[in-house]
This record gives sequence, structure tokens and C-alpha cells, in this order.
Amino acid sequence: MDIISQLSAELVAVLRTLFYALPYVFGYILLILAFSFIWQAVKRFVTPKHDYGSLKTVTFGDESAVTSNTVASVVSIVLIFVLWGAFTGSKILPSFMHAPGAFTGEGSFTYTVTTPDGQSDDATVTVVVYETGATVDAPEVDPGDGFAKNDSIALAAYRSGLLRVDENDEIGRDQDATITAINGVAIEPGGSVSTDFGRVELSGKGTPNVYPAKGVQMEPIWLPAPEAVWARLTEIATEGYRNSTLAEHLGFSLFRVIVGFILGAIVGIPLGYAMGLSNWFRGWFDPIVEFMRPVPPLALIPLVIIWAGIGEVGKIILLFLAALWIMAIAARSGVSGVRISKVHAAYSLGASKWQIMRYVIIPNSLPEIFTGARVAMGVCWGTVVAAELVAAEKGAGMMIMVASKFQSTDIVLMGIILIGVIGFTIDMLMRWAERWLVPWKGKG
Amino acid sequence: MSGLQIDNISMRFDLPNGSSVQALKDVSLDLKAGELLSVLGPSGCGKTTLLNIVAGFLAPTEGKIVLNGNTVHGPGAERGMVFQQGALFEWMSVRENVGFGPKMKGMAQGQKREIVDHLLDVVGLSDFKEKAVYELSGGMQQRVALARCLANEPDVILMDEPLGALDALTREKMQGLVLKLWKETGKTIILITHSVEEALLLGERLLVMAPRPGRIHKEYRLPFAEMGVDQDLRFVKKEPQFAEVREEILGMIWDMEEEIMGRKEGA
Ligand SMILES: Nc1ncnc2c1ncn2[C@@H]1O[C@H](COP(=O)(O)OP(=O)(O)OP(=O)(O)O)[C@@H](O)[C@H]1O
Ligand SMILES: [Mg+2]
Repeated sequence: MDIISQLSAELVAVLRTLFYALPYVFGYILLILAFSFIWQAVKRFVTPKHDYGSLKTVTFGDESAVTSNTVASVVSIVLIFVLWGAFTGSKILPSFMHAPGAFTGEGSFTYTVTTPDGQSDDATVTVVVYETGATVDAPEVDPGDGFAKNDSIALAAYRSGLLRVDENDEIGRDQDATITAINGVAIEPGGSVSTDFGRVELSGKGTPNVYPAKGVQMEPIWLPAPEAVWARLTEIATEGYRNSTLAEHLGFSLFRVIVGFILGAIVGIPLGYAMGLSNWFRGWFDPIVEFMRPVPPLALIPLVIIWAGIGEVGKIILLFLAALWIMAIAARSGVSGVRISKVHAAYSLGASKWQIMRYVIIPNSLPEIFTGARVAMGVCWGTVVAAELVAAEKGAGMMIMVASKFQSTDIVLMGIILIGVIGFTIDMLMRWAERWLVPWKGKG
Repeated sequence: MSGLQIDNISMRFDLPNGSSVQALKDVSLDLKAGELLSVLGPSGCGKTTLLNIVAGFLAPTEGKIVLNGNTVHGPGAERGMVFQQGALFEWMSVRENVGFGPKMKGMAQGQKREIVDHLLDVVGLSDFKEKAVYELSGGMQQRVALARCLANEPDVILMDEPLGALDALTREKMQGLVLKLWKETGKTIILITHSVEEALLLGERLLVMAPRPGRIHKEYRLPFAEMGVDQDLRFVKKEPQFAEVREEILGMIWDMEEEIMGRKEGA
């Protein structure tokens, strides 16, 4: 019962978050459609092509008529950067493209204090909001007349502050004087009033809480602007981070992946062949491989750390294990996938067992092995980053983990982008190698 | 003793559920060197099984295959096989496919080249030597398969529906090619087909098999293959005797099919 109520509370929280995200999602979809219409309009002025695809009259439902629109891809990527810039107040965008930012500058509000015996007086509070990173002291203000004296407060953008306005007043809270209005609008503890710079809330005890408007931009601590990330990239590329250069961090991650993958392939491929060619080996290793395959490599991290520590050996063992099963299964299915008529044909042409292996089984299994290698490289890359998040002295994952502890979101973001770019490059290289080395894939 | 003896072959498959299938029962046949035999029969009568036994891919439960005086115990280079499709090596070029047999024997490069060039010339694929096999049409691929088989100089050529996947026109051209190669090389050929017409055209001898258990139903000796060597196949088909035998065999196979269906419905 208890768990059900907990889970439903979680579900409600998730759905609420999704609900708040809905306007943004719809806004994004509208942008996609808007750009689509713009492109349709632009296309009318481009000379029409008469290739096979564009002459089809039935395109809806014809899978082959749907190709990736390059213009859409370019606009999509540019839009990501524009949105990123707009919501971080980036300097690379003209300021009219920025989403409403946090209030900065000077504002003010007046409060009205009423004493139990019915006297009341107004005083003005000057609010100074400065950019994050600067330090500005609250300005000196003229106390003014009456028993309530003027105050001032300085706040960094996105921050709010309680202001004990009665501290300098002649009759304060200790004498049961209460604030009854802000800017002339009546207010009670717990209420709030909008002002020119944001809003003022009255706390439960009757102290004004100053909330300058935050706008809809992201604070740099959550999402730094693109140029900040770029600046970090150049800085770390030249000066390094945590005693290692950027190239060293990334190089170590790549080195682990490549060594682990190669070791996994060296053991896994022959293992897969043995399983594909011999009943005994198939029977022997099937339970092991089938059990290990669904175990996520990440689940092995604690064990590997216990056994081999956090050094290179442990990481390479982990990646070896990540690649091993994938490569073994790929090689096994590559061997089992050989058409029996090809093997028969080769025997009838006088081939020996070794020749069948060399000229039929191995080439026939290469496409599968390449597919497996692509998957394995992807898994290894993911696993190495995760392992470095847990424990490492160098590496892409370690870099972003340490940076997150110091709230250096720019480094975290830079690391994520670099990890993505490298993963993508690895996959592209594997595809390219595949096309070059096994052009017969899927043609048998 | 030359030629191919199929000596009292029986074949029984035990099925996992405990029952068994008698795929062949007491099949005997004597084939002299250079004879061209076509095999016809309703689906499931054991034609492929028989061919696989001759090729040595299956061991018969009873009986034996004797080629040139030697009992067959497995596949060998003296019995070449042409499959219906998909038996070419797609990772090799046309030239490498045809040269596969000689290469396995360790033949010298120059000699191998000569054989391959000659055979590709014979099957009319000289312009496609360096192409990948998947770039060729179905008919061209079967010509490669034929050339690959011939390059190995087998005594017997076994073909399991080699032209089954081709369109009618290509098929007719290929039938002419098979006859031409048969005459030129003097090989013993066993050819399985589903087409009665093809069996008549390409069978110096013709075997009609019957199912359950697979056995020889009737054997013919026919003049059409000999005629087809130097005549247009379309003229051969117009022979009155051709139509006569065709009708007879068609009727025979229809009867067998009906019997199978009837038995199934009865069961
Ligand atoms: N590996 C096998 N295991 C069990 N039964 C088999 C096996 N191979 C063939 N059979 C059975 O043997 C019989 C003959 O099969 P075969 O493939 O030789 O027929 P076929 O004459 O070549 O048929 P088709 O004309 O359709 O190619 C069939 O009843 C089939 O079910
Ligand atoms: Mg068959």
C-alpha cells in the first residue's frame, strides 16, 4: 500500500513537470511547422527538379519517397543554437532575439507601516539588481521623514532577499507595528504585490521578501551561453583541466575504448566462431554468453573496481567484457547465417575444411561482425564515460563529473558535446569502413 | 567401370516427433558417362534428396552411389553442383567465383586465368569478369554458376532446378546453353526440373518419380535433346511426338498430385 502511494506521488510529480513543459513543446512544434511553410513558399521560386522522387504523385505512405530534408536538418540545428542563445542571453544573438531576461538595474517600492494605535507612515525601498558575478553594495539612501525610514537592498540577478525594513524604523515589529500595504496596495503576511522590478512578498512574520523578475532565461549555472561553453573549450584545450590537457582526457577515454574493444574482438570473434561451428562449444558457452549478454556492463563497474581498482586495468577489463559478448554473438550469428548451399557448393568444388573456413565462412560472417563491432564500439564508448564518472584520474567522464561538483556547467556541457561528437565520429568511421571492406553486405 | 550407379538407394528421415518420412525407397539407376538425365516429379517426391545423396551431402540409409568404380562417401570435386540460386560467393568477383575450383586445387595463376577466360567466353560473360556477382541479373548469375562448375572439370554435373528462378525467355536461352555445353564437354548431367517441357528438351533420358515413398515411376528415352543440339528449341517443341509425350507425362503427374491431395483430404 505504502509503495503504491509513493509511486503514485512520483507519477503525479512527473506528470506535473510534463504539464509545465507542454507550452514549450507546442511552441517548438509550431516553429517546425512555421519553417516548413516558409520552405514550401521558398521552394516555389527555386527551379523545380524533375528527378524520379519529385515526380511521384503518391508520396504519403510511400516509404521510399520520404528522404531526410537537408534544409530541415540545417534549420533544426541552427534553431537549437538560436534557442540556446535566446534563452541564455547570448552575445552572439542581437538582443531583440533574447527571451525576456532577469531584471537588472534599479527599482523601488514603498511600504506602509501601521502601528497598533493607528498611526501609519510610508517609506521607500531602493532595489538594485546587478549582473551575476559583479559585487555591488546596497546604496546609501536618505532616511526621509516619519517614523518609517527609507531602505535599500542590492541583489544579484536571479536572487531574492528578505529585507528587515523595520530595523531602522522608529517603531518596528518589536512594538507590533506591521506592514499593511506595498505601493499602496493592501497586503497581509503571505501575500504578494507586483512591482516594476518583479514582486514583493510578505513573509509569514511580515517581513518583505524582494523577488526581482527572473524572466524566462536560464541562469548561467544551469545553462551557460554558447559562447561561454566555447570559451571554456578553448581555455581547457590550451590550459587543460585538473592537471591534464583536453586532448589527454579525451585521448585516455579513446585509448581505453580501443584497447578494450580490440581485446574483446580478439577473444570474442574466435569464441563466436567456435560456437557457430561446434556443438560442444555451442553447448559449453551458450549459457555463459546468454547470461552475460543481458547484464549491462555498467552493472559490472562496482565489481571491477573491487577486483582491479580504478586504474587502467579495471577500465580495460570492463570494456573488454562489454565488447566480448557482443562480438561473440555477432560472430556466432555470422557463422550460423551462412547459406548451406554456399558451403555445399564449396565442398563440391573441392575445398577442404580450412579452405571453406577461409574462403566461405569468414567472408560470409564479416558483415555481421561489422554490425557487431559498431554496436560494441557504441556500448564501449558509453561504458567508458560511465566508468570514468564513477572513478578515474583522467578521461572525458571524469572531467564532467568533477566539473559538476564545482557547478561548472559550461565544462559539463562542453564535455557532453565532445562525447557526443566523438561517439558520432566513431560510428561514422565504422560505417565507412564497413562500406569499404564488406561491400557485399546484404547482397547475398 | 565408368559411369554413375545409383544402387538401391533408400532414405528415411527420423523426425523429432518420433515419426519418420520415407523420402526414397529402392531407387536404382545406371547412368553411362556422357548421358543427360532429367528428373521430374511432384513436389516432395525426393528429387532434391536423391541429388544430395549423389552429391554426397547426405548419406543414404540404404544402398550406395558408385562413380567410376568408387563408392561415394561425401562431397567431391568430381561431382559438381549447380544450385537454383544463391550459391555464388557474393564477396568474390565473377572471375574469382569461376576460378574457385582451380584455386582450391592450387592451380598455377596463368593456367587458372586461361580456364576462367575461356569459360566466361563460352557462357557469354567476358565483359563482366571484374563485376561483383550481385551486380548481375539472375540469368547471368546462373551462367556464372554453370561456368564455376565447369571450371572444376567434374565428371558429373548435378543441377537442382538451375533455371527455376528465371523468366521464360532467359530460361529458353539457358536451356540451349546447357545442351551446347553437354555436347561440347561430354559430361554426365543430372538435371532436376519442375517444367515438363524442360525435362523433355534436356533429357536424353527422363525419369518420372512418384511420391510417398519417393521412387522411380517411369523412365523414358527421348530424342529431343539430341535434336536440340543443332536445332532451334522452338522447332523441337513443335514435333508431334513432343506434344504426345508431354501430354502423357502431364497426365501422369496430375494423377499423382490428385492422389496426394485426395489422400490428404481423406486423412
Ligand atoms: N532434412 C529433412 N528432414 C526431414 N524430412 C526431410 C528432410 N529433407 C527432406 N525431407 C522430406 O523428404 C521428402 C522429399 O523431399 P525433397 O526435398 O527431396 O523433395 P523434392 O522432390 O525435391 O521436392 P521439391 O520439388 O518441392 O523440391 C519430403 O517429404 C520432405 O518432407
Ligand atoms: Mg527439391
